[in-house]
Amino acid sequence: MSDVEPMAEALVCRGLAYSFGETKAVDGLDLTVAAGEVFGLLGPNGAGKTTAIRCITTLLPVPAGMVRVFGHDPARERMAVRRLLGYVPQQLSADASLTGRENVALFARVFDVSRRERAERVAQALEAVDLTEAADRMAGTYSGGMIRRLELAQALVSAPRLLMLDEPTIGLDPIARTSVWDHINAVRAATGMTVLVTTHYMDEADQYCDHVGLMHRGRIRALGTPQELKSDLRERRGGTAAPTLEDVFRDVAGSGLDAQGGEFRDVRRTRRTASRVS
Amino acid sequence: MSAAPAAPRPASADPADRNLDLLLVAPRARTGWRVVPARILAMCVVELQKLRHDRTELYTRAVQPALWLLIYGETFTRIRAIPTGGIPYLDYLAPGIIAQSAMFIAIFYGIMIIWERDSGILIKLLVTPTPRAALVTGKAFAAGVKSLIQAVVVVVIAALLGVALTWNPLRLLGVAAVVLLGSAFFSCLSMTIAGIVLTRDRLMGIGQAITMPLFFGSNALYPVSVMPGWLRAVSGINPLSYEVDALRGLLIGTPAHLGMDFGVLAIAAALGITAASSLLSRLAR
Ligand SMILES: Nc1ncnc2c1ncn2[C@@H]1O[C@H](COP(=O)(O)OP(=O)(O)OP(=O)(O)O)[C@@H](O)[C@H]1O
Ligand SMILES: [Mg+2]
Repeated sequence: MSDVEPMAEALVCRGLAYSFGETKAVDGLDLTVAAGEVFGLLGPNGAGKTTAIRCITTLLPVPAGMVRVFGHDPARERMAVRRLLGYVPQQLSADASLTGRENVALFARVFDVSRRERAERVAQALEAVDLTEAADRMAGTYSGGMIRRLELAQALVSAPRLLMLDEPTIGLDPIARTSVWDHINAVRAATGMTVLVTTHYMDEADQYCDHVGLMHRGRIRALGTPQELKSDLRERRGGTAAPTLEDVFRDVAGSGLDAQGGEFRDVRRTRRTASRVS
Repeated sequence: MSAAPAAPRPASADPADRNLDLLLVAPRARTGWRVVPARILAMCVVELQKLRHDRTELYTRAVQPALWLLIYGETFTRIRAIPTGGIPYLDYLAPGIIAQSAMFIAIFYGIMIIWERDSGILIKLLVTPTPRAALVTGKAFAAGVKSLIQAVVVVVIAALLGVALTWNPLRLLGVAAVVLLGSAFFSCLSMTIAGIVLTRDRLMGIGQAITMPLFFGSNALYPVSVMPGWLRAVSGINPLSYEVDALRGLLIGTPAHLGMDFGVLAIAAALGITAASSLLSRLAR
């Protein structure tokens, strides 16, 4: 792991809760992400991962005291929290009618990058995700993997300390997935930023995350390093076969589609996300 | 965890051989009053960039005002059915059509915020250090810039048709300000409705439903004096009427109530921005 920041905790959630009407999307989430690590938030469709992220990113209003981002409470210091965050939402979100460079420049502008260093900073963000050559093409012509990398560049241009990635590899082919992760890791190594990422791919979580939290029905049900979770399950089962993180996932989330999570609506939303930007 | 994962793309993601030094330091935050103009500029720049990539909208949107002036304007100039106070009807109509086409653009621009929400662009902007009101004001002015460019096109068409327009730069500056304020109001009106109805289908329906009454319930086509009483009342609370009145006064030189017009438009724009920003967070949910 890279150098730990002076403040040891990048993100703390205590009893985080959010409901959409009757639906308790997040229901008492406790979570601590150490500065500099890659934390994977896992869980089945409808577990509440996206809702939790939207609470942390100030998109959904939560009462004071539930969330701290580097010591700042989103309920009290909204702007301070936003300046610390880089956010890539679950759906593909680049503006198809602008070029890649213009997409990144917009975020440089709204994060108050001075005119003097804007062009250079935008170029570095594009370079960090290997989009220098495609930078002046319209984002509408990008592949899904390129769009994800462009969104990464948009998030990076403001030098965030906590990068929030909601399913950055959803709908990507294996090579594009690896490429997105390569870039996340390279940037993290170069900048020491903290990364919170959600994913459905257990192999990714196993390979790239320092800690994972398994979420189900709005709450963390298992927490630890991938290694810890796997050996835990192995002890409980007492078998000799080494379980994978996917076994842990099944153990926590129950097999197959759960009655509450994974409703049709959730799956459909995920599918829509996976399609290209229009 | 190791920084370089075992991946089949060795050359791609090595941080050592590239310079990322600027990405290590957060930009210095603007504070206080500087935030709003900076966000306005950012939103306007995006609009101009989009316009540079694709000018078709500019051309297709010029067709309708051209037809209004050409067919409706020329015809009614000939039959002299509408009392215009002595000026040719085409001259009377031109400022009305400028206001109308600017209004259509602004209302449609506000509707676009639903698209931006559905495509994830809005959500991401809402996580930047941009207060809701600054974002809405930025959008309102971006709509104004778009309308302004459209207004220039209509002015040129009108001039080609022989309308006697002013070329006094001060008056033209006033025209720009009026179009900007009017468009700010109308774009905020549709953003406010977007914040209430939340889906594109409903919003498209409502957008269609409000533009025509706003247009016909104003003094764009005919003077208030020929309207029945109830329509006169509608026109009295319709910001488009004040926009048209100001444009007519500035461009053609008809007697206008410029102070009143600017006042009403400024208040309407401010109210629109307030309403749209207080409803904006509904679009984030
Ligand atoms: N805007 C909304 N309105 C109403 N209910 C919602 C809304 N967004 C999410 N929900 C509900 O909240 C619950 C949690 O959803 P959320 O999107 O946070 O899950 P998730 O873990 O991100 O799932 P996925 O893996 O499919 O992205 C689900 O039951 C979902 O139906
Ligand atoms: Mg989700």
